[in-house]
Amino acid sequence: MYSFDMVRPTSVADAVSALGQDEAQALGGGQTLIPTLKQRLAMPSVLVSLSGIDELKGVCREDNGDLSIGGGTTHATVAAEAAAHYPGLASLAGGIGDPAVRNRGTIGGSLANNDPSACYPAAALGSGATIVTNTREIAADDYFQGMFTTALEEGEIITSVRFPVPEAAGYAKFEQPASRFALTAVYVAKYADGVRVAVTGASENGVFRWTEAEQALSSNFSPDAVAGLSVPADGMISDLHGTAAYRAHLVGVMTKRAVAAAS
Amino acid sequence: MPKDHGIGASQKRREDVRFLTGAGNYTDDINLHGQAYVYFLRSDMAHGKINKVDTEEASQMPGVVRIFTGADFEGIGGLPCGWQVTDKNGDPMKEPAHPVLAQGKVRHVGDPVAAVVADSLEEARTAAEAIELDIEELPAVVDMKAALADGATKVHDDLSDNLCYDWQFGTDTEATDKAFAEAAHVTTLELVNNRLVANPMEPRVAVGDYSRANDESTLYTTSQNPHVIRLLMGAFVLGIPEHKLRVVAPDVGGGFGTKIFHYAEEAFCTFAARQINRPVKWTSSRSEAFMSDAHGRDHVTKIELALDADNNFTAVRTDTYANMGAYLSTFSSSVPTWLHGTLMAGNYKTPAVQVNVKAVFTNTVPVDAYRGAGRPEATFQLERVIDKAARELGVDPIALRRQNFITQFPYETPVAVAYDTGDYEATMAKMEELMDIPGFPERRKASEAKGKLRGLGVNCFIEACGIAPSNLVGQLGARAGLYDAATVRVNATGSISVMVGAHSHGQGHETAFPQVVAEMLGIDESMVDIVHGDTSKIPFGMGTYGSRSIAVCGSAMVRATEKIINKAKKIAAHLLEAAETDIELKDGQFSVAGTDKSVAWGDVTLAAYVPHNYPLEDIEPGLEETAFYDPSNFTYPAGAYACEVELDPETGEVTIEKFVSADDFGNVINPMIVEGQVHGGIAQGIGQALLENCAYDENGQLLSASYMDYAMPRADDLPHMANYTVDHSCQTPCTHNPLGVKGCGEAGAIGSPPTVVNAVIDALQSGGHKVEHIDMPVSPSRVWAAMNG
Repeated sequence: MYSFDMVRPTSVADAVSALGQDEAQALGGGQTLIPTLKQRLAMPSVLVSLSGIDELKGVCREDNGDLSIGGGTTHATVAAEAAAHYPGLASLAGGIGDPAVRNRGTIGGSLANNDPSACYPAAALGSGATIVTNTREIAADDYFQGMFTTALEEGEIITSVRFPVPEAAGYAKFEQPASRFALTAVYVAKYADGVRVAVTGASENGVFRWTEAEQALSSNFSPDAVAGLSVPADGMISDLHGTAAYRAHLVGVMTKRAVAAAS
Repeated sequence: MPKDHGIGASQKRREDVRFLTGAGNYTDDINLHGQAYVYFLRSDMAHGKINKVDTEEASQMPGVVRIFTGADFEGIGGLPCGWQVTDKNGDPMKEPAHPVLAQGKVRHVGDPVAAVVADSLEEARTAAEAIELDIEELPAVVDMKAALADGATKVHDDLSDNLCYDWQFGTDTEATDKAFAEAAHVTTLELVNNRLVANPMEPRVAVGDYSRANDESTLYTTSQNPHVIRLLMGAFVLGIPEHKLRVVAPDVGGGFGTKIFHYAEEAFCTFAARQINRPVKWTSSRSEAFMSDAHGRDHVTKIELALDADNNFTAVRTDTYANMGAYLSTFSSSVPTWLHGTLMAGNYKTPAVQVNVKAVFTNTVPVDAYRGAGRPEATFQLERVIDKAARELGVDPIALRRQNFITQFPYETPVAVAYDTGDYEATMAKMEELMDIPGFPERRKASEAKGKLRGLGVNCFIEACGIAPSNLVGQLGARAGLYDAATVRVNATGSISVMVGAHSHGQGHETAFPQVVAEMLGIDESMVDIVHGDTSKIPFGMGTYGSRSIAVCGSAMVRATEKIINKAKKIAAHLLEAAETDIELKDGQFSVAGTDKSVAWGDVTLAAYVPHNYPLEDIEPGLEETAFYDPSNFTYPAGAYACEVELDPETGEVTIEKFVSADDFGNVINPMIVEGQVHGGIAQGIGQALLENCAYDENGQLLSASYMDYAMPRADDLPHMANYTVDHSCQTPCTHNPLGVKGCGEAGAIGSPPTVVNAVIDALQSGGHKVEHIDMPVSPSRVWAAMNG
């Protein structure tokens, strides 16, 4: 990697201030950024580590019943501490990467990066979560803007993510054999006012909602409800590990399985 | 009761104490005073003409010691190929130059263009970014058939085309054609043996050192065969005589074939250390490994099997395109020919076997031996076409194989020297027993009840190991002998150091080899240590590959130990005042037959080094013997494998539910180590069958250039141990080496890929899918496409 300075502020305010420097970059758990640096594919002048900010960490139930997760909370912590409140989300977090990844990677880091094959974007979009930053609140529907693209402004930090807790939710991930990221994965969440279905890994535009399945599942929350539905292969990712047609097919299969797994 | 001592004992691996506690000494652990670091600037183009490599600005960067380019290697030898293959027209293979650093053209992504030597790796890397490259991109040839088309871009401008050789072996064309013309049934299959990257856990590393005081060079390197590297690099590349060149391969973390070969980075570090009079170190990154370690396999094949009306195999004919990559790696030319063609008869008495191989240059990383080397490619095509034939004929695939087995030994096939021994019926029967074949229909029903398809795949294989008789391989084009050597040095107090030419990079030689010596002498294994990996310490041996260590080097060790015993008996006879012919050695005691007179092993060894009472007029003091062993034939391990897969028809995902290997390795020295070797081999074979795929795009860009896209097998890709049986109880000892051993290192990787693919096809057929073949890796995407094609 190229040489850089590193700071480890202990408050969001200090982090925001540090990120105001030229070519500064925020460092969450580093699960994407560190390999990128090692490949010399990024050249920040200063890395602002968010790992020393206690106010970014933790899982708590809010008064309105929402589950709020600090942006700096690791996947392993979410898997353990959200289980009693939101088992579908905890289960998704417990299946990201491997133990090393889960003990370093953070929800804020994952959502800020918005890898098209990452798990968390499906949970956030599928839950209709609110992305809370140091300056504002962004609805998940407005937040994800395509592969590796989000509504975040330069220097903006995800301080927490607020998840409305559904009646039931499930996640079904078909893993890409090498990276074990999602080749195609689907998150379904059943709320009183309807079902949300979010698909990750499949589309060239990143995570997306499958509205046709949402409608079908809102009237009948069972795997059979989506049996006849399909998404077009247009716009799906095609690579070494699966064609666009295969991914489109998997969207249907994984949706069915996510519903079956919902709890 | 199982033995706990000597041959046949499952002793725990003594080397694991240091490996598991971080006390190993790997090449990257070697740091020499004042060492500099080299960073190789590698081509990001598959094919290009080098107009200019401007290093002027880069040379001024901080920490830079010197920058080398291809021009620095003008007049110095290139990397040699160790095997001359003769074309079917009698012409030698085309053998292009392989410069240490690219000269004139770059020919694959990863081809080194320049080498920056600096005080630190980061400085070297930063300076490399300042090198101005003017490389004119040329069209790349990637597909082998396209590379052979008229007018195809040439990888090497000085060659007439991209065909390295067109090789034919076995039964002549007239007899082969006749057999096919008279056949009652012919089954044809076209398939790909997928390109693989070996991916040993330890990447390659080289540290070159030079002593100006005595004009000696030392290379520390991750090699399976330090003497081979010393010979190739000293004699053919750098012109350093052997006595001034030491090659050390210390602990090496896995080789799988890819660390046999002599690589540019080794020659570079040795050369550069002399030039700058400082040690020079290179440690491959994983990304570099993907584009600079020799790849494996990459064959495109059409195979035809002819049968008579009674389902006897009457002929096999194969046409293979074998990818050589951009240059000939050290043993690349031998893999698709002698290591592949000679196995095309398999376990069967087919009277006509003809093998045709076109070796092709492409703008890809060189391809060479990878665990099994040629034998997996032979087994895969033969066992796949037999399965297809069984289905076409409506006969049981096990019965069809059994009916065609070779049953008399020795047996000379149309493509090999004689198989010395074997019992294919025994391994087949053992496999059937362990697999519980009669219980398969029930297991299939249980899978179907879960919405899954279940398939059973079987496979038989034979390999030629213990490579190899030097006079034979010399006739076949090998430019080296293939004996091995061992020196048994008995110390005064009776402990023993055995210096061996074989190299252990995971095989467990340090445990298994002493078991042999201990058994022969009747002493404890703890008194015997193995020394390997340093040309300044060991006799000239050829190293470890081709499942040869115990069969060839172990035999040399036996011969040297026999010499020790003969001399020790002379000493004991003197001490006991008895006739030498009356001396018996048992449990570490020399005794006079029929009496209670004896002397202990330690008394004899002490006498050898403190020869106060010693027959100096008859024998020399000391107790140290060396033997070189050149085998009279290959060894022929064989086996029968089976597996059951479950296939999810919704996603195409395949899981391995049950796996059985029944191997015949002849005699076994350490059963635990043998089982571990087979487990590892099967894991790699399952990796090839289901996961691993080294892929290029049409421009020669490597698509699977990291673990994000290259899928290695992991523990949960393999069946649970409860459903995974590795058996080696069928033993027909090798008839021509003293231990009766055959070698076990590659069997798993040879036997498992067709087993898995046969099972997948069986599963699909059981679900009514008329799928005859899916190329490896049989990924979910490919299975789904085949089901929905």
